[in-house]
Amino acid sequence: MAEKVLMKGNEAIAEAAIKAGCMHYFGYPITPQTEIAAYMAKRMPKIGGTFLQAESEVAAINMVYGVAGAGFRVMTSSSSPGVSLKQEGISYIAGADLPALIVNVQRGGPGLGGIQPSQSDYFQATKGGGHGDYRLIVLAPASVQEMADLTVRAFDLSDKYRVPAMLLADGTLGQMMEPVEIPEPDVTPVEKPWAVNGTKGQRQHNIVNSLYLKPDQLEKTNFERFERYKQIEENEVMVESFMMEDAEYCIVAFGIAARISKNAVIAARKKGIKVGLIRPITLWPFPTDTIARAAEQVRGFLSVELSMGQMIEDVKLASSCKKPVLLCNRAGGMIPSPEEVLAKLDELIQL
Amino acid sequence: MLTQILIAGFGGQGVLFAGKFIAYKGLFEGKEVSWLPSYGPEMRGGTANCSVILSDDPVGSPIVSAPDVLMAMNLPSLDKYEDACVPGAKIIIDSTLIERKVKRDDVDAYYIPATKLANDAGIPTLANMIMVGKMIREAGCISFDEMESALAKVVSAKRANLLEVNLRALQMGYNYEA
Repeated sequence: MAEKVLMKGNEAIAEAAIKAGCMHYFGYPITPQTEIAAYMAKRMPKIGGTFLQAESEVAAINMVYGVAGAGFRVMTSSSSPGVSLKQEGISYIAGADLPALIVNVQRGGPGLGGIQPSQSDYFQATKGGGHGDYRLIVLAPASVQEMADLTVRAFDLSDKYRVPAMLLADGTLGQMMEPVEIPEPDVTPVEKPWAVNGTKGQRQHNIVNSLYLKPDQLEKTNFERFERYKQIEENEVMVESFMMEDAEYCIVAFGIAARISKNAVIAARKKGIKVGLIRPITLWPFPTDTIARAAEQVRGFLSVELSMGQMIEDVKLASSCKKPVLLCNRAGGMIPSPEEVLAKLDELIQL
Repeated sequence: MLTQILIAGFGGQGVLFAGKFIAYKGLFEGKEVSWLPSYGPEMRGGTANCSVILSDDPVGSPIVSAPDVLMAMNLPSLDKYEDACVPGAKIIIDSTLIERKVKRDDVDAYYIPATKLANDAGIPTLANMIMVGKMIREAGCISFDEMESALAKVVSAKRANLLEVNLRALQMGYNYEA
């Protein structure tokens, strides 16, 4: 077992990406994720990789598009306003069926917002963000260890399905330090016969493109892509259930909100309240079945979010609104305390 | 055993550094730890605080809202966080910079002129570590031995000479008698 080191979440993402064989990073600085770029700037030149601070977020995502098309593992990272700027490029990458990793260490919005942690880009990450019919594989870490582990997972899934992946973290997870064991994954390169890396006169040239002027062809690529999305939904859901066995109430929360909610669950259990926690680790695909099963068991749900209530819509959908779903939220960079979660839980019990 | 520590002061006083040291010391003692800074746009001045949690079990929320231990390095920090402390909390106060006493009678307050001690000893930037020494003495959440290995993690290898002065500062705080 490797030695555990104390690392910031942002640094853990960067180191894990390198360990996963990512040799190319393009970005533009923005709080609270700049440590990722700083780490890459320090490390990439030493290992023969590329670190490039682009002139803008738009440029950075298009550099990612290019490297992904050439068949290499590549990433960019930003925080909310910067990720908005990247949306056109993300849609193109999705439309060209390219694997890539986009990291969003969220901060409060909308607009330039603030620099404190938030989860208000849930809709943007899971429902599109850019134009057109597409999905991102969205992973939501809740610890520094998961910042590292899910970075590796994101690269693997992205390569496997040729679907861009997003790591959706927040300012707290990016800035906090925890002990972490940096993963040492197997980095045997995935075969990428579609890559535009030179034919050497040996084969027909490949084309990486998202433009299809004939609607029947565009329709066909969309249907084919959605077949892969279906496979991802069937095979790649990740979810943690905590104290759900005998739960009468269920908190649903991801990322830092799940950490706070876990404290609330433990405190409520001490008072004899039978409450559990479902923590989606993949936000897309969403753990619909887990929530649907819980809807048969519990009396109500509480969605805990650092937003005005976004994931709550998926909780309602997954539970078919069979049980009441309440929201416990703070926004704009504020973070709910376990006590606030408990108070809202009391409201749910009183219903 | 769960200890929630809040360290608060001006930016530039070494609040984050002190927290990092405590987190590493806890890690080396086999504890679960988390370290969370308040982050803002400013590098110096303004207020800085950091949450450190030491625990036998995995750490839930890394945010310390009700400290078991408060290290107050300036008056605004004591004003802001005194009421948030749990009953029985240990509050370590730099009495060079904070002239008042604590208002509550259900907490244990320890006053140490850390800034003056640091200045007198010719190590003016190490009031933070004097405070940490005192904190270890009174709160006992980490032990006062084998400090070097944790210090080596937070002091840059290029400036190894700072290791010895940090150790001296810790000892000054630990051995301080009012």
